[in-house]
Amino acid sequence: MTAIERENRSRSLSLSTRLRPIAFVVALLVLWQIAVSRHPDQLLPGPWAVVKAIGELLQRGLLLKYVVASLFRVTWGFALAAVLAIPLGLTIGWYRRGEMAIYPLVQIFRPISPLAWIPLAILWFGVGDLAAIFLIFVGCFFPLLLTAMSAVRNIPAVYINVGRNFGMSTAQFVYRVLYPAVIPQLIVGSRITMGIAWLVVVAAEMIAVNSGLGFLIIDARNAGNRYDLVIAGMLIIGTIGLLLDLGMRSLERVGSLRWSYSEE
Amino acid sequence: MATETLKTPSGLRSKLRMEHVSKVFDRDGKSVPVLDDINLDVSEGEFICLVGPSGCGKSTLLNLTGGFLAPTSGSVTIDGQGVHGPDPRRILVFQERGVFPWLTVEGNIGFGLSKLSRVEREQRIAHYIQMVRLQGFEHTYPSDLSGGMKQRLQVARALAVNPDILFLDEPFGALDSVTRLIMRGELLRIWQTERRTIIFVTHDIDEAVQLADRVVVLSSRPAKIEDILTIDIAHPRNISSPRYLELRDELLRKIGLAYTV
Repeated sequence: MTAIERENRSRSLSLSTRLRPIAFVVALLVLWQIAVSRHPDQLLPGPWAVVKAIGELLQRGLLLKYVVASLFRVTWGFALAAVLAIPLGLTIGWYRRGEMAIYPLVQIFRPISPLAWIPLAILWFGVGDLAAIFLIFVGCFFPLLLTAMSAVRNIPAVYINVGRNFGMSTAQFVYRVLYPAVIPQLIVGSRITMGIAWLVVVAAEMIAVNSGLGFLIIDARNAGNRYDLVIAGMLIIGTIGLLLDLGMRSLERVGSLRWSYSEE
Repeated sequence: MATETLKTPSGLRSKLRMEHVSKVFDRDGKSVPVLDDINLDVSEGEFICLVGPSGCGKSTLLNLTGGFLAPTSGSVTIDGQGVHGPDPRRILVFQERGVFPWLTVEGNIGFGLSKLSRVEREQRIAHYIQMVRLQGFEHTYPSDLSGGMKQRLQVARALAVNPDILFLDEPFGALDSVTRLIMRGELLRIWQTERRTIIFVTHDIDEAVQLADRVVVLSSRPAKIEDILTIDIAHPRNISSPRYLELRDELLRKIGLAYTV
């Protein structure tokens, strides 16, 4: 983004523009409430019932507990995958022959839904946090591996040549050229992968554990069709997903990261 | 080391020497000869321009002298020593995208200076920021600089490590004609104060006649040295003087271009 584009963008974000998404959500909520009150025989609860359900969760101390439980699993699963997949992917991507060797294997594993691992996860780790973390790990590993591999491949040759020209050791080269050159792409890839992790945790908690937001949803249905709690759970999941994404995006505004190859 | 062999025709000390340099690329199993028996002697402090039709191998030649490529046969020597790989004593300035977008102006100029003490590094950075006239932009990232400023920054980063030789690969090719003219003036000013050996690839005839001590004309691929033209006009050069126009026409003729549109 050039200075001018940034300028235009910030100028166009006037108050009324900023309020537009909120106004849209409010309008939808009103429509929802009207629709539900006109058809009371449907099982779908209205927004007010959902708000009350969230209040109930807060009162029982479950909201914070379940959110923390889900975030705990996502954090561990994602972090373990990142720690293993990113250095591995960077290394494989750097050595083209390594990439050729591993590519078929990656393409076989990648399209398998992480949920297909549920039986094995329970067999290996039992019903509990470890199984859920494992599923998130599997769901994040391949996207992060591919992100890291392509990030290295996309480094323009000119940066590598400049790095070589200034006579640096391998460690210096990695730290001062390779790493800064891949970071923006890794952030984008991590944002997408974080979304996947958040998808997987809900499914994993429906099967493998008895806490967390996924468990909340399945438990609310099993224990007496509490659809207000189901929708409350869904909304909480969505909100946290949004916050996670905003958090990752804020990284993209750091000066040294605020560039991409397409702008050059 | 025999000093005899280190003399160039002009009698100055030889800096860079190419002897029977050939380069053959292997593309899809076919061998593509790019350079054919290049012989060139560059003296210390000399400003050489390489011109030739596009795709003829000018950049390949520059990459060979910079150590980024190895010749298929023949030898490239600098100060009598063979070139094996890139070296911070000779910096290549690229056509575009050469500056690191993740570093500020200051960070880019300081990129090759990590071995210096902090004080020395800061002095060096300040000196070159001033030389390329980027004062006030010390903490600006390249995405907020114009094309000309980015190229000045690249030249500053190269000069900051005190190289003996500067290789420039069409450094002003992507700039508009006014900026290009200003940049040439700046480069000459810097060259006159710092006296590095410069090898400058360009496809612009005027650029070559304005800048070079000698212009090396390459043929189309596989490139041979067609001719070497000495530009015997003192700086600052009057670009509408008869001698300038004469040399320019001669160069155009050597490249095989008509000089009427």
